[in-house]
Formats: sequence, C-alpha cells, structure tokens
Amino acid sequence: MMSSIRKEMRKKKINTFIKSYKSNRMGMIGGTILIIFIMVSLIGPIILPFNTMKFGEADNVLKPPSKEHILGTDDLGRDVFRNLLAGGRISLMVGIFATIISMFLGTAVGIISGYIGNKTDIVLMRITDFFLVIPWLPLVLVLAAILGTSIWNIILVIGLTSWAGTARVVRSQTLSVKERPFIERIRAIGADDKTIMMRHILPNVFPLVFANTILVTAVAILSETTLSFLGLGDVTRSSWGMMLHYAFQSGAASTGAYWYFLPPGICVVLVVLAFTFLGYSFDEILNPKLRRR
Amino acid sequence: MALLRVNNLKTYFQISAGIVKAVDDVSFVLNKGESMGLVGESGCGKTTTALSINKLLPQEGKIVSGEIFLEEKNILKLNDSEIKKIRWNDISMIFQGAMNALNPVMKIGDQIAEAIILHKKVSYKEAIEKSEELFKLVELEPKRISNYPHEFSGGMKQRAMIAMALACDPKLIIADEPTTALDVMVQAQILNLLDKLRKEVNMGLILISHNLSILGETCDKIAVMYAGKIVELGNVEDIYNNNMHPYTNKLLSSFPNIHKEKKIPEPIDGIPPDLINPPSGCRFHPRCLYAENICKEKEPEMIKINENHNYSCHFGGIFNE
Repeated sequence: MMSSIRKEMRKKKINTFIKSYKSNRMGMIGGTILIIFIMVSLIGPIILPFNTMKFGEADNVLKPPSKEHILGTDDLGRDVFRNLLAGGRISLMVGIFATIISMFLGTAVGIISGYIGNKTDIVLMRITDFFLVIPWLPLVLVLAAILGTSIWNIILVIGLTSWAGTARVVRSQTLSVKERPFIERIRAIGADDKTIMMRHILPNVFPLVFANTILVTAVAILSETTLSFLGLGDVTRSSWGMMLHYAFQSGAASTGAYWYFLPPGICVVLVVLAFTFLGYSFDEILNPKLRRR
Repeated sequence: MALLRVNNLKTYFQISAGIVKAVDDVSFVLNKGESMGLVGESGCGKTTTALSINKLLPQEGKIVSGEIFLEEKNILKLNDSEIKKIRWNDISMIFQGAMNALNPVMKIGDQIAEAIILHKKVSYKEAIEKSEELFKLVELEPKRISNYPHEFSGGMKQRAMIAMALACDPKLIIADEPTTALDVMVQAQILNLLDKLRKEVNMGLILISHNLSILGETCDKIAVMYAGKIVELGNVEDIYNNNMHPYTNKLLSSFPNIHKEKKIPEPIDGIPPDLINPPSGCRFHPRCLYAENICKEKEPEMIKINENHNYSCHFGGIFNE
C-alpha cells in the first residue's frame, strides 16, 4: 500500500512539473524550437546527404532559390539547404559536447575547491578568476591556433574556457552544503572525502548544475559560430559558423546572395534563443524564489 | 572491564583571539555496558570531549595532550585511515538535532546502508535487509526505509538516527543531546528506547545533556563539567544525594523538584567564564557563594570519596552545613 501511495505522489510531482512547464510560454517556445532543430539535424542529413568536397557545376554558382535548390547554391555550387542540415548537426554537437566538458570541469573544480578549502581553494579559485577575467576571444583564438582546427579541438577549447562561471556558483553552494550537520555525521561514519563529495555534496548541488548546463550550451553554440566565422573552424566539416565564414569570404553580402548567409544566421539565433528560453524557464520552475504561484 | 579510558585530555582551539581551552585536563573511565552522563552548561566542553574521542574536531581544534584508550587501543596514536575504521564500527554518534543530520536528497535506508557497507563486507541487498531489521529494533515501520528524511517527523528522524548508530554493532555510542528540539513525550520515548537498546546489546553509552534530570533516569554515572573541567564525577545516587561540589549543588537546585517543597528554582549568578582567559585557581570561584581566598589562588585537586565518586573543591560539601 505504502509504495502505491509513493508512486502516486511521485506521479503527482512529475505532473505538476509538466503542468507548470506547459503554462510557461517561454519554455514551450524554446522546447518546441529545440525539438524541431534536433529532429531535423538528426534525420535531415540522412535523407539529403551533403558532401563538403563535392562541388557543383561552374555555371551553377551562387544561384538564388529554385525548385532544384530550395535555398539556392553557394559560391562552389553546393546546395545551401543540404549544407544547412549538415551544419546544424555539427553546431549542436559542438554545443553539447563542449557543455559536457565545461560542466564536468566546473562542477569538479567547484566542489573540490569548496569542500577541501584552504590552499587548494585559493589555488583553484585563482585559476578560475584567471579564466573569468581574461578576455575570452583572444584566449580562444590563441588556444585554437595552437591546438589546430579540428572539430574536437574546437570542442575542447570551448569547454576549457567556459567552466569558470559554473565553478564559482558550484563552489558557493558547496560551501553552504558542507557546513550542514549531516556532513559532520557522514564524517563520523568514517567516510572519506571522495565519498562525501561524490555521494553527498554532488546530489545537493546538482539542481544548480542542471540549470546552468542549458544556458552554457547556448553560449557554446554561439562560441563555435564565432570561432568558425573567424576562420578557426574545422575546414573538413560544415557548421553554421563555417557557412557564414565562407559566405562572408565570397562576398555573398555585397553581391546580394541573401540565401547564402541568412539561413545559417537565423538558425544560430533561433537555437541560441531556444536554449536561453529553456534555461530561463527551467530556472523559473525549479528555483522557488522565481516560481509563480 | 574498562571500555573507554580518558586520561588528562586537553583539547584547545586556536582562534584569532587566542587559545580557547575548551577541554582542560579531563579524565574518566567508562566500563563495558555502562552509561555515563556528561552534563554542564553551554560551552563547557561537553561536545568537544565527545568529538575528541572520535577525533572529529574541526580544523582549529587540537588535542594538546592526554590519552584516550578504547579497550587497549590508544585512539590518539592512530593515523587517519585507522581512525576511519574505528568510527562507527566501534564508536558511533547520535548528533545534536537529528533533523539536520540526515542528507535530504538520499533515502534514509540508503544512508544507513552506506554506514554498514563502509565497515562490513556485505552487499547492498544485505545492508538494506539489516537496515530493515534496525528499523524494527527502533520501533519504526521497516517499509519506510525507502522514505526521504522530509517524510519523517522529528521523533522518527531521531529513531532513524539511533538505528544508524546501531548499524555496525558499536561498542560505544556517544549521544550528543539526542533529545534537543523534541517535545517532552518524544524525549521520554527516545531516552527509554536508548536505555533499552543499550542494555540489550550491552554497549557503552555517553549521554551528553544540559539537563541533569534526563541523565538521572538513563545513566549509571554522571560527570559534571564546568569550564572545560570535570568538577564532580560519581554514580547517579552520589550526584543527586551526596554531591560535594557547589556547582553540582546549584545545578540540581536550578530546576524544580516535584517531590520537595514548592519554591522558585534558584539561578546560578554570573555568566560562564571566558575560556581564553579562565579564572585563576578554581574556575568556579567568581560565581561560587562559598569562595574564599584560597579558591582564587590554588586550583583544587580531585578528591576521592570512594571508588567512583570524585570532586574538586577546597570546601566540598560546605553547603550542607
């Protein structure tokens, strides 16, 4: 009987979450846009494959939208729509993987720094400060130039430069959690620091990490676009940033080839907006201070 | 046979204002299956004594000198990993305020199982089964091990904490104000339960409280602490009926006795002393009604009345005259 009541209660909790999410217009818009983009970039390239190295006919260059090419062709005669689909895949992938690295680093540094304290805290926080205050773009440019421009290096670079904010937030929450009496009890049980950090502090700071993750993803996608646009992207793979880069290089804007630079630009804006909307709506639902009654 | 021997324990805290002598020369012996009450006002070193036994002091705290023997092992000579094995396996604790001593995002059963798995070579399933048994022992519904702490009432949480303290069959339980923030009825239940369980499994119990009347019911002997020192130590009867130290006497008369004549309980004048600069001589002398010059100058020695009853006062029992 007990368990059925518990199941009922859990169901109710999930239902309230879904209900308050549904009534949050921002979240619904963000979620819908994201689902569409994820579905399209997963399935799209399978139906309409795109090969970066396969150029079109010489007389088929920078042609406006037509029946054959819904979004026209680029300066090398490739189909822009197919390029867009393939590019979405890369942009989303970079965003998600970079976020994973960033979250992992930020959470680890935050918890270790907050829990161990003393000199460890000082050293780790100074490193964090370094990443917080140093101008982001020059740092990323230098790192990307040193590491070389493969897609995994881009992910690494973005991940390595975007964790500092998370680390700060997680550290402050850890400082508060570790002073709670149950941590003293766990020490009295004979648990070591690793167990305390992994099993007891991490679950207590997780909601914060979760809310941060979505917002960092938006930033990561934007970063990838910036890097690629500046010519530090992976040449062998097409992302939205790379499309913008080539469009700019080929003078698409000045020759009026709007179909070349508008679609990737709009896509980036929409996806970043969708992630931001979703992040804010989750914050509103999960953070009791912002929750609407 | 002695289960725990504490000899001349000194625990000091190094803070920016100076050195706080929180526990200064404390000695006592606890035999197997015996329960001892540790009583005194706030900040007199009760909890610090308890934490020293477990070596769980905060960073600022240091055990300056003394010896703590658990059976034959000198706890103060053990290294970090050895002390971790002793914690909970031999010495477990029940903390002040059970409400906050449980991790809010973990099922209670898992938290008890965690303690068992840390010390015994058992599988998760066996640990959960053991937790269920423990829940029965503390008179809680075994099914509720899969609840989260917020689904328990205060008394239930304290029972769960007792179950956790019993998880590894420890030789000694230190209960640090186990009934704070509970109402009187639940307090009585919890104390009776603790007493019953202790007798069943024959383990030692150190019960810390500032309420002498609670200790009288559950303990075999009582140590009265004042300003980091034990001022009187004796069997419950000795402390209640034959007390020799003015502080013990004052402490006893500071709450109403329903068997004696009706009168307003007398307070103890003054405030607890500053432990950075404790008073010279007998530390109680600024607040003592019977203090003479010698009390300011000379620290009284422990005077032995019989095997179990000690006190430290120049004018022991003067208030009886």
